[in-house]
Amino acid sequence: MIPVCAVRDLPVGEAVRVEADVPIAVFNVDGELYAIDDTCTHQDASLADGWLEGCLIECPLHATCFDLRTGNPTGPPAKKPVRTHEVVVENDHVYVRVSTSILQHGDVA
Amino acid sequence: MRAITVVGASLAGLSAARALRAQSYDGRIVVIGDEPHQPYDRPPLSKDFLAGKATVEDIALSTPDDAALDVDWRLGHKAVGLDAARRAVRLDSGEELVSDGVVLATGARARTLPGSALTGVHTLRSLDDALALRAELAEGGPLVVIGAGFIGAEVASTARSLGLDVTVVEALPTPLAGPLGPEMGALVAALHLDHGTRLVTGVGVAGFVGEERVRAVRLADGRELPAAAVVVGVGATPNVDWLAGSGVGVDGGVLTDARCVTEVPGIVAVGDCALSYNRFAGAVLRLEHWTNAVQQPEIAAATLLGRRVEVRSAAPYFWSDQYGVRLQFAGHRRPGDVVGIVEGDPADRSFAAVYRRGGHPVAVLAVNQPKLFGRLRRELAVPEPEVVR
Repeated sequence: MIPVCAVRDLPVGEAVRVEADVPIAVFNVDGELYAIDDTCTHQDASLADGWLEGCLIECPLHATCFDLRTGNPTGPPAKKPVRTHEVVVENDHVYVRVSTSILQHGDVA
Repeated sequence: MRAITVVGASLAGLSAARALRAQSYDGRIVVIGDEPHQPYDRPPLSKDFLAGKATVEDIALSTPDDAALDVDWRLGHKAVGLDAARRAVRLDSGEELVSDGVVLATGARARTLPGSALTGVHTLRSLDDALALRAELAEGGPLVVIGAGFIGAEVASTARSLGLDVTVVEALPTPLAGPLGPEMGALVAALHLDHGTRLVTGVGVAGFVGEERVRAVRLADGRELPAAAVVVGVGATPNVDWLAGSGVGVDGGVLTDARCVTEVPGIVAVGDCALSYNRFAGAVLRLEHWTNAVQQPEIAAATLLGRRVEVRSAAPYFWSDQYGVRLQFAGHRRPGDVVGIVEGDPADRSFAAVYRRGGHPVAVLAVNQPKLFGRLRRELAVPEPEVVR
């Protein structure tokens, strides 16, 4: 598991980016924590910098939205989903268990 | 509607085909493109593609899903004439395509300067342009970039990252004063100096020096800048000449209303070639923006298919990546708007600025502040959406 931050350092509506093999973004949606790959599947932009509305995160570059629960884009320009990852909270700390699904070539810009 | 012809096979043309299918149109779609290539994304041409960090495959726009669009592609063919009354498009091969609806998505081409035919003098608009320039940059500098607009600045940035000696020449006293205003233009232009690019402003180019191959750029004040290669980045001209006498109204772009309708029913125009009424700006604008080439086709497709159209009032948006710094701009600046920095410090090359008119925020510029940009662009004064039909 990858340590992310203390729970109190990820308030509601905020996001934090952690460096793993590929960068991962963790979001706090009304107390529920979600983790996805941080890099938009369309072009190089950090989703942690995006606009969070409900369970949708809007890419800051081209406004594609991804559903934090599934990783699926809701419309163009992105077509490919981002990976989702399990978030674990232990002793007031946030961790991510990186999903083992293999990225296809070209999935990371 | 049983047959629709889309003239232009870049982002706007492909987006039109996608939008028509997404809106349940099941008739024939022919897409005409004057380049031989499948649709590709142009923004990387001055950045990662030029730097050799992205391949032709990386910048392809089509995805496996697009096979279901069932498009009849006519690539490598140029549209040379339109008979608007019959909605007939004539190709350079002599073939004539008659259809029920026509989408004009012909884009724009790079402007040139007299003498641009010399070897070593480049423009950058197409994939082939980028391949030629990439090969040239591999030979080393010095490189002279004429025009400190977004293309010029991005090419300069890429060339510096490849280790070339680069000089940028700008005729205006302040680069990017048009889109960003003089205050912010000056701040953004400072990026060149940070990274060892020479910037010469307020002086025009008198011509090129060289017999077959360019050796130098001669400035209006008599100075000569040695050049192994030159990039002319002085803007783009919409590809509308072929519409002369067609019956479609053209005035430095194809005239359309907010629903992308031209003066001829059944003919719509989208993307860089369209001069359209923009509700956000309250004015007719020709936008050479990536996002516009995605959004307008959705409206145009609905218009052609006779569906209710919600004309969105989204603020025009563009971005630029230079020297590892991301610029984002939304809204529409006019001379006289008052700009102020609301967050960050220009000295850190990380800040956000808001442009106000009559106290209302009308545009926002963010430099390496993507998250803040997301919030500020939502605070721009946006008119209510208007539903037509």
